[in-house]
Amino acid sequence: MPPATRESPEAVVRALRRPRELTLALDGRFDSHTTGGAWREAMAHIAGADPNDAVVVDASGVGYCDGCGLGLLLEIRRRRPDARIAGLRDETARLLARFSADDFAAKPKHAPADGFVAAVGRATAQTAADLVAQVAYVGELLLALFAAVRSPGKVRWRDAFSAADAAGVGAIPIIGLIGFLIGLILAFQSAIPLKQFGAEIFVANLVSISLVRELGPLMTAIIVAGRSGAAFAAEIGTMRVNEEVNALSTMGLSPVRFLVVPRVLAGILVMPLLSLFTDLAGLVGGAIVFRSLGFPLVTFVNQISTAVTWVDLSGAVFKSLVFGVIVAAIGCLRGLQVKTGASAVGRAATRAVVSGLVLIILTDGVFSVLFYVLGI
Amino acid sequence: MSGDPVIRVEGFTAAYGGNVVIDDITFDVNRGEVFVILGGSGCGKSTLLKHMIGLYPPASGRILIDGDDIVTADGAKRLAILRKIGVMYQSGALFGSMTLLDNVTLPLEEFTDLPEEARALVARMKLHEVGLSGAEGLLPAEISGGMQKRAAIARAMALDPGILFLDEPSAGLDPVTSAGLDRLILELARGLGITFVIVTHELPSIYAIADRVIMLDKRVKKIVATGRPGDLRDRSENPWVRQFFRREAASA
Repeated sequence: MPPATRESPEAVVRALRRPRELTLALDGRFDSHTTGGAWREAMAHIAGADPNDAVVVDASGVGYCDGCGLGLLLEIRRRRPDARIAGLRDETARLLARFSADDFAAKPKHAPADGFVAAVGRATAQTAADLVAQVAYVGELLLALFAAVRSPGKVRWRDAFSAADAAGVGAIPIIGLIGFLIGLILAFQSAIPLKQFGAEIFVANLVSISLVRELGPLMTAIIVAGRSGAAFAAEIGTMRVNEEVNALSTMGLSPVRFLVVPRVLAGILVMPLLSLFTDLAGLVGGAIVFRSLGFPLVTFVNQISTAVTWVDLSGAVFKSLVFGVIVAAIGCLRGLQVKTGASAVGRAATRAVVSGLVLIILTDGVFSVLFYVLGI
Repeated sequence: MSGDPVIRVEGFTAAYGGNVVIDDITFDVNRGEVFVILGGSGCGKSTLLKHMIGLYPPASGRILIDGDDIVTADGAKRLAILRKIGVMYQSGALFGSMTLLDNVTLPLEEFTDLPEEARALVARMKLHEVGLSGAEGLLPAEISGGMQKRAAIARAMALDPGILFLDEPSAGLDPVTSAGLDRLILELARGLGITFVIVTHELPSIYAIADRVIMLDKRVKKIVATGRPGDLRDRSENPWVRQFFRREAASA
């Protein structure tokens, strides 16, 4: 039978079939770039061979043979343990002798996947442990904050102001833009139904009350959670990966006092200010629409001064302050929960934003009920 | 050693900002030799290595790999140069979300047409070579630093590049594993003609594997000695070089 030949300039496999014997003649260079085709061809010949036929690999034509070429020879041995490899260069034979087909007989072990019950159990235990950790964290943070109030000199104010700068000053452009657009949109949307009743003048009341009592603090908190909560988680998470947090602990420094308190104080400082800035930007947007409806600006100011009271403003500032604590604390917590790896840092940033948003909305709901009951 | 340079560093100067770290050095690395870069802490060994693999552009000078300048090459030419080299970083730099097997298989997946079973077998052989059989399914976070380093060497060898750059390969390894790694380096260099460029401080390893050593001195920011490690220890005219070898040899 004529030899079956695969045309290849570099790695060639020729199959010679004789009675009771299959000879695979390998020629050329067998490296990571040339071995792929030769591998498929050789395996096809081996698979097609009679199991009772002897298999001989004539490797006398093999020139350069790296790990891929060695892998091919090993795979032939794995599939046909009786295969005889002849003519291999001494240095290649020495490298091949480092491996035994038996070493690779078993499939690589992976961690066994959980069954349904085990997965539910693991998730439950994880959630419970997470809750316990969060309660402990809240307690530790409160203690650290009380300690900061008692001894303000021990607070790392430089870190706090640096975090406030990043979370506050850096957020002003986006906060201003979003606030302005929200004011603009609110005014336009409310002008349409109010116009039907000839009550466009109350556009100013609606925009100011909505912004000051609800949308200003809420939108600000959402933006800061997405911007700075994630940044806190990523920063502290990376410190965990680099063992900087461990270094703090072994120096006897509390990571909560050292890393979390400055950021929480930054949150307390900047969130009310940013919220007020959102209100202001929103009112500017509302004023533009109000003016376009034909009213003078003085009317806008008069309407706001009657609609919005100092109590509204104080309640909103307090709400923002609480949002500031939540966003910073949850961001730092997610960072501290990182164990190892870049993907864990990414997950921490995502969890910081998601947990932050959920807690902000829940807290906002609680404030709404509370303000209603108190008649504020 | 034959004078067949596979890497040529010409008039190379490295600087961070205005701070010159290495000043106008020239040397060749010959094909198939185990070439060790040595020097005191902060002398710019790792900086030199990172420039040689094209991570940073030099302040001045050329770095030729097989005659092509890695500094000015771009596009397909740069990729062709990069496929000739493999790099093991000091920290291992394994991808944390992938198992060890996936880490080693990745270059084979991206740059070869090997069938899946072949990729898996070749990757397992690489891990076997560095003594990590049985750990294929583990994540980098689940193994020790020394094991991570060995897995990183396996990944660097995945495509059997002609040149391997190893940054502190033996640091953190126990003596037995370190000696095994030395043997592997020698076998790959002698058996496959792979060129090794190694930054290391481990004197036993240097004596065991190095064909040639260059020593950088941060005071003059230049190469102060070139040669075989034993010759430098015994016959160098530079007292600092002799002291370097003898003092470390005494404490090793």
